[in-house]
Amino acid sequence: MIKFVKRPEPSKAWTIATPILAVILTMILGGILFALMGKDPFAAIRTIFWDPLFNDQFAAYSRPQLLVKAAPLILIAIGLSLGFKAGIWNIGAEGQYIMGALAGAAVGLAFYPTDAWWIFPLMVIAGGIGGFLWAMIPAILKTRFNTNEILVSLMLVYIAEQLLASAALSWLRNPEGNGFPGSRNLSQIPAMSNPELIAGTGTHWGVVAAFAAVVAAYVLINKHMLGFQIRLTGESPRAARFAGVKDKLLVLFCLGVAGALSGLAGLFEVTGPAGQISIDFGAGYGFTAIIVAFLGRLHPVGILLAGLLLALTFIGGELAQFMLGLPSASIQVFQGMLLMTLLGMDIFVNYRLMIVKKEAV
Amino acid sequence: MTELLKLSGLTRQYPGVRANDDVSFSIGAGQVHALLGENGAGKSTLVKMIYGLEKPDAGTMQLRGAPYAPNNPQAARASGVAMVFQHFSLFEALNVAENVALGMENPPKMHALAQSIREVSDAYGLPLDPDRIVGDLSAGERQRVEIIRCLLQDPKLLIMDEPTSVLTPQEVEILFKTLRKLQSEGTSILYISHKLEEIRALCDGATILRLGKVVGECDPKVTTARDMAEMMVGQILHVPSREGGETGDVLLDVQGLDFAPANPFGTRLKNVSLRLRAGEVLGIGGVAGNGQDELLSVLSGEAKTGKGAITYCGQDISGLGPNARRKIGLLAAPEERLGHAAAPNMSLTENAVLTGNIRKKLSKNNFVNWKKTEAFARDIIQKFDVRTPGPASAARSLSGGNLQKFVIGREVLQDPTVLVVNQPTWGVDASAAAAIRQSLLDLAAKGAGVIVISQDLDELMEISDHFAALNEGKLTAPRVAKGLTVDEIGMMMGGAHDLEEVAP
Repeated sequence: MIKFVKRPEPSKAWTIATPILAVILTMILGGILFALMGKDPFAAIRTIFWDPLFNDQFAAYSRPQLLVKAAPLILIAIGLSLGFKAGIWNIGAEGQYIMGALAGAAVGLAFYPTDAWWIFPLMVIAGGIGGFLWAMIPAILKTRFNTNEILVSLMLVYIAEQLLASAALSWLRNPEGNGFPGSRNLSQIPAMSNPELIAGTGTHWGVVAAFAAVVAAYVLINKHMLGFQIRLTGESPRAARFAGVKDKLLVLFCLGVAGALSGLAGLFEVTGPAGQISIDFGAGYGFTAIIVAFLGRLHPVGILLAGLLLALTFIGGELAQFMLGLPSASIQVFQGMLLMTLLGMDIFVNYRLMIVKKEAV
Repeated sequence: MTELLKLSGLTRQYPGVRANDDVSFSIGAGQVHALLGENGAGKSTLVKMIYGLEKPDAGTMQLRGAPYAPNNPQAARASGVAMVFQHFSLFEALNVAENVALGMENPPKMHALAQSIREVSDAYGLPLDPDRIVGDLSAGERQRVEIIRCLLQDPKLLIMDEPTSVLTPQEVEILFKTLRKLQSEGTSILYISHKLEEIRALCDGATILRLGKVVGECDPKVTTARDMAEMMVGQILHVPSREGGETGDVLLDVQGLDFAPANPFGTRLKNVSLRLRAGEVLGIGGVAGNGQDELLSVLSGEAKTGKGAITYCGQDISGLGPNARRKIGLLAAPEERLGHAAAPNMSLTENAVLTGNIRKKLSKNNFVNWKKTEAFARDIIQKFDVRTPGPASAARSLSGGNLQKFVIGREVLQDPTVLVVNQPTWGVDASAAAAIRQSLLDLAAKGAGVIVISQDLDELMEISDHFAALNEGKLTAPRVAKGLTVDEIGMMMGGAHDLEEVAP
């Protein structure tokens, strides 16, 4: 009989090894899936994991996409991870992302057609504040009336989506757009655009912000008293109260930071890759970032890698659909497999397998 | 005396530790046999094997001469072995008879069962009404439910795991009468306890375990408690000595404190008053659940009280949080080690900064100095003999006693002016408990005030200058501990508040 035995302490080696093993296992399982579908498994795996970065033909296009897709995921996930570590469940990053984009775009467009260097920084600040304020709604309701932040933050996503639609259709609509929905194209207005900073890499200001957030979160969590208090609260709320943690302030801080970072992600997206406020601007980054946060084990460096990995499977998956004619459903199954193996392998961090002799009954 | 149960060479190996190693002894019919040992000596594993919850890796058991190897507790009960656990498994919303029925294989009709519960409770002097809801019963009454549940099955061997840990002295007396009556009828009892005086009063034989091995057998009636304790720990006991310093200025003054806990199952504190002087150890006794946790939380600052209720060195500190109180020298160590005093999955270093940050200056501009923190953790580990691979170990990997030493050491080494501890030696073996008590006494000798909340009366009598008891959230007036009789203490714990008051 095989039994799981709890380790006295989480294994450091397995913490590092499980994600790598999970990716390898997914490649094997996915290969079997693709083979059963009559496709060459090696070609499929290579198309998903290798070609987006190194194929002579496509890499020039798809390589920059990696950072473009990963940056908002990482930026949002870093913010969420602080709350998740403390047991504060902000599920509404998508709403905060949209509100950041709306607030930033609205501030920028208010100055149109002024051309000044300070407009873009002002928009960045407005974007952060937009997301921050949207996150303050569940935070204040929680601290004042003890409401559930999961429900409130999630509901606010749908309100934000309605506000986004109304902005695209009426109050931010491009007056010169011949009646089509959507705002002016911000990425084409020099004072408001978030350009690619290094040609061919996809690096825009959002990527810079994402890397900065990773470093800042790492320092906060590992070196700062506040980071210790966040971990302690998640670990054991009663010990946190004993340690003098002010739990309400912590709720405001965690939701506020997550909101501001999500808002920034929205702002960098709307001024860069997306270009304009449109009805379908919310592309689900705020929800996918929840997966990224957990895949990265709520660790800043882990989130960085998880964000890049998830972005890679998105780009590689699209490429595989396009090149090999794999149905999009099979790509989603493959992505699902990756998540399941990663989370499933997690058990080895805290448990080890033991083979025990079957006992006589 | 005929042999009832004979154990030969029982061995049980767990990963990394041999919980029982070649344990052999026997229990005679009608004998009250004590099983003694420190925490982690292997007592629980041994009784689990007898009760069918664990299986030995090697060795055999014989019950009345026949081979005995129960696969599960049902089989053990069918053979006439019953057990009363330290922690009760009762449903609070059900009444006594229903709870008893739930533990039986083939329960009779409810009114017949109620009748037999009444008969058994009369016969053994365990007053208990089968129609009462368990949620309304005291700890002692709940234990009676468990005992009657066992007695209804007419056991030949009754195993009792630390039965007196939750009882008042009067309740202990009632329990002992019952056990003696059972014994006179020929039932054997395997009695597990730390409390040596009890064992001397009750048991005919004793087996002493240390590190999974039998290290001695004795007749507790003729062996001194001190000798038994030394066999248990394998070394000469260091008995704490009170230096008896003069008590000084009032450090902590609590007057008319009322406190309603946020938790609906908590105990409300009613009009609690106490005064603690420099150099004094104030012992607070009482059965668990009478407001001990709440008293600690209002003193530590985790719970806020009305203005003016708590004065510390002349300053009203009612509105201060835990860290503000730490800053001025008022420290606390709660009862619950894992999850309250320490975070289970965090390392000892991280747990050191949990309360040590302010007084030990472990952070600068709110950035934690992990080197300094680790040095502090090492200091605690070394000075309090915490047995662990090192400060990077997770708190949950330590045994209860070692973590307790860490938690107490962490506060003591911060040099408090007032230290409040709840159950400082709960679940700690004798030598470690002696070390913890000595450190509290040393602290008082240096002029600090110490409040010890505990359910261990021997401990309180040993270290307290003054003694008070908590009962249903009310605190008796503190009395000079020296010269208090067991009866007086029992009455204080039972809620008699009209005793003659002695000014502290």
